[in-house]
Amino acid sequence: MKVLAAMSGGVDSAVAAALAVEAGHEVVGVHMALSRSRDQFRTGSRGCCSIEDAGDARRAADVLGIPYYVWDLSERFEETVVADFLDEYAAGRTPNPCVRCNEHIKFEALLDKATALGFDAVATGHYAQVVTRDVPDVSDDAAPGAVRRVNELHRAVDAAKDQSYVLAVMGPERLARSIFPLGGFASKDEVRAEAERRGLSVSNKPDSYDICFVADGDTQGFLRERLGARPGEIVDAAGEVVGAHDGAYAFTVGQRKGLGVDRPAPDGRPRYVLEVDTAANRVVIGAAELLSVDRVVGERSVWLAPDVLDAAAGGWFDAQVQVRAHGAPVAARVRATPGEGTEVELVGPPLRGVAAGQSLVVYRGTRVLGQSTVASAGRRPPQP
Amino acid sequence: MSGRSGFVDWSTVTTTPDAIAYLDHAATTPMSPAAVEAMLAELSRTGNASSLHSAGRAARRTVEEARESVAASLGARPSEVVFTAGGTESDNLAVKGLFWGRRTTEPARRRILVSAVEHHAVLDPAFWMAEHAGAEIVLLPVDAAGRVDLAALESELAAAPEETALVSLMWANNEVGTVQPVEAAVRAAHAHGVPVHSDAVQAAGRLALDFAASGLDAMTVSGHKVGGPVGVGALVATRGLPLTPVLHGGGQERAVRSGTLDTASIRAFAVALADAVATRDATATRLAALRDELVAGVRAAVPSAVLRGPAPGPERLPGNAHFTFPGCEGDSLLYLLDSAGVQTSTGSACQAGVPQPSHVLLAMGVDEADARGALRFSLGATSTHEDVAHLLRVLPGVVERASAAGLASAPARRGGAR
Repeated sequence: MKVLAAMSGGVDSAVAAALAVEAGHEVVGVHMALSRSRDQFRTGSRGCCSIEDAGDARRAADVLGIPYYVWDLSERFEETVVADFLDEYAAGRTPNPCVRCNEHIKFEALLDKATALGFDAVATGHYAQVVTRDVPDVSDDAAPGAVRRVNELHRAVDAAKDQSYVLAVMGPERLARSIFPLGGFASKDEVRAEAERRGLSVSNKPDSYDICFVADGDTQGFLRERLGARPGEIVDAAGEVVGAHDGAYAFTVGQRKGLGVDRPAPDGRPRYVLEVDTAANRVVIGAAELLSVDRVVGERSVWLAPDVLDAAAGGWFDAQVQVRAHGAPVAARVRATPGEGTEVELVGPPLRGVAAGQSLVVYRGTRVLGQSTVASAGRRPPQP
Repeated sequence: MSGRSGFVDWSTVTTTPDAIAYLDHAATTPMSPAAVEAMLAELSRTGNASSLHSAGRAARRTVEEARESVAASLGARPSEVVFTAGGTESDNLAVKGLFWGRRTTEPARRRILVSAVEHHAVLDPAFWMAEHAGAEIVLLPVDAAGRVDLAALESELAAAPEETALVSLMWANNEVGTVQPVEAAVRAAHAHGVPVHSDAVQAAGRLALDFAASGLDAMTVSGHKVGGPVGVGALVATRGLPLTPVLHGGGQERAVRSGTLDTASIRAFAVALADAVATRDATATRLAALRDELVAGVRAAVPSAVLRGPAPGPERLPGNAHFTFPGCEGDSLLYLLDSAGVQTSTGSACQAGVPQPSHVLLAMGVDEADARGALRFSLGATSTHEDVAHLLRVLPGVVERASAAGLASAPARRGGAR
């Protein structure tokens, strides 16, 4: 196959490219330039977007003996990922830019351009596994006994590095054109060892964590710069004013630190952001138990398990849901609703601090069934 | 075995082992066999041209013979040749050195007049001087073919002749091949007592250059564009020109350019330049015919392609063809051509590997979207009909695929894809 290896300049994508080469594919390395201004993105070794990183990616491609290009996707990145990030915070929601980047940049702009240029697949350094299986076809128009091929997205073997959460958004067609060579590795150390064995000098580069387009890791500063200061009030659950803020958008439901409220709570217990009301420019804070939810409604859902959905036939099915990249999955019953909606009812303990805008991923065991964006979360009415 | 261009035997020269068509001679062109031989011979000799013992004297003699040869090739006097590490250094020395040199005696002279289509090796030092040394940059506009507006030059000169430090106007443009009216610019500038520098990196060995006849005060040439090695070049500068050094040290090259002389590279450069000049007319005629074949072929194969720069003829470098392909991105075209065995260039600078829309095309009035789909094909001594034929075979498929990719990756308007 002709494979385009997306190379960030980090160790993971370098080893992924190496494995694609060794699997016998015809591989071309591509580094995505996501910022047009040299200084907007950080220049240290932590990010994925600096000039040094582009140089590291080029060096890795040279070691592997593959062609290397830089594709300028900065305009698209600004228009989708950064714009979505700002719009969502401005609306009092909590976006995950990495999910949007996978959705619009890596597995849309990059993958579509690669496909148009004649590539069969894109390989990335994500930790996740694709499993292709033939399953009974129980959809309405299937012949009796028919089978169909399903590409399943599964968690990586290394649970600590698993990135299936941020990949679930891509949908089945794009999944079929994606290769994740690192999904089977037991640990990051193993990947570093593979890099070292091949003479890839990025083997000791530190991992990147923060949001790549927030140069110094100061998300609140970035939001203030791009959205402007909008001073307002912080109130408690009873509506009493307990503090002030520079912009409601800078707060996230479930946030505890940085509230800037001097006065302690009457009961002395920590307080959390309960609600971000950007229309009223108001932040509501209160005790932890007020954050608990057991019902979540999602929108813009993408499903990767046609077999499970067909078997459920519009009804509830058992699954686990995860609402944060490194959160734990919790047991739930789930159903797909018309208009790309999803309904989730937790069957175990409640979740705390589920904010609109977060990505909700539905699992069954290691398998990703689908992904949705949280529209709202709350408490179920008490059962009669 | 006879070579293709007069007495230089190019038959032993290859570009890269698996290259099928190397069409990027304006980026760098193969070293001539005679230059390789000269360089190899010097590399095994020891001697610093500044040393006073016999080994040093031998190196000195080699350098001085090379200086005489380079001077003869360019219509200059040996004492006017300052060896440097290449075109970029020569341009920096000309722009910065001349600006500082003139300001020392005439502090009012802070304007630098440059054409908008200069190479970055001229533009960037000029803008750096604006940022750090109080210079004022005047960008001279060009017409749709990339030719500088002489009337604009004259009126800018007339506007503040006593405040103008220098004019820099390239001999021929590296992207679209436009030959500039250097002699007319020199006449205009000298009428106001303003010296003129010209970056002749692309013109040397292709066009008849005569430093003395041109009236220029300074002129840049580069080794690796004429069949010499990378890392050597010269600034030809008249003796009386006030040039402040950029590199200070041991006082070599009339104290304008310190640094131990690179005897091997200098000799190889002189040999290559002499060969290129001696075979210039034959090479230029052959390359112009081959270029015309390429231009006609591209137009026939891809009717939407737009030739940029002047019509093929005396106003264009003989080995240069430059097209924009509407709806295509330069990086897609480059990748597809490279994988089909054609090595070429977008012609413009990269920032961290990202092709930037060319400042040359933008100055010529090309819009940014069209400028992103630019390809420069440049021919040289080793170019053949087969190279052009191979390009023309693969180009239609490449352009078709690149325009599909252009559609796929076109920026989604905000809100569209969300």
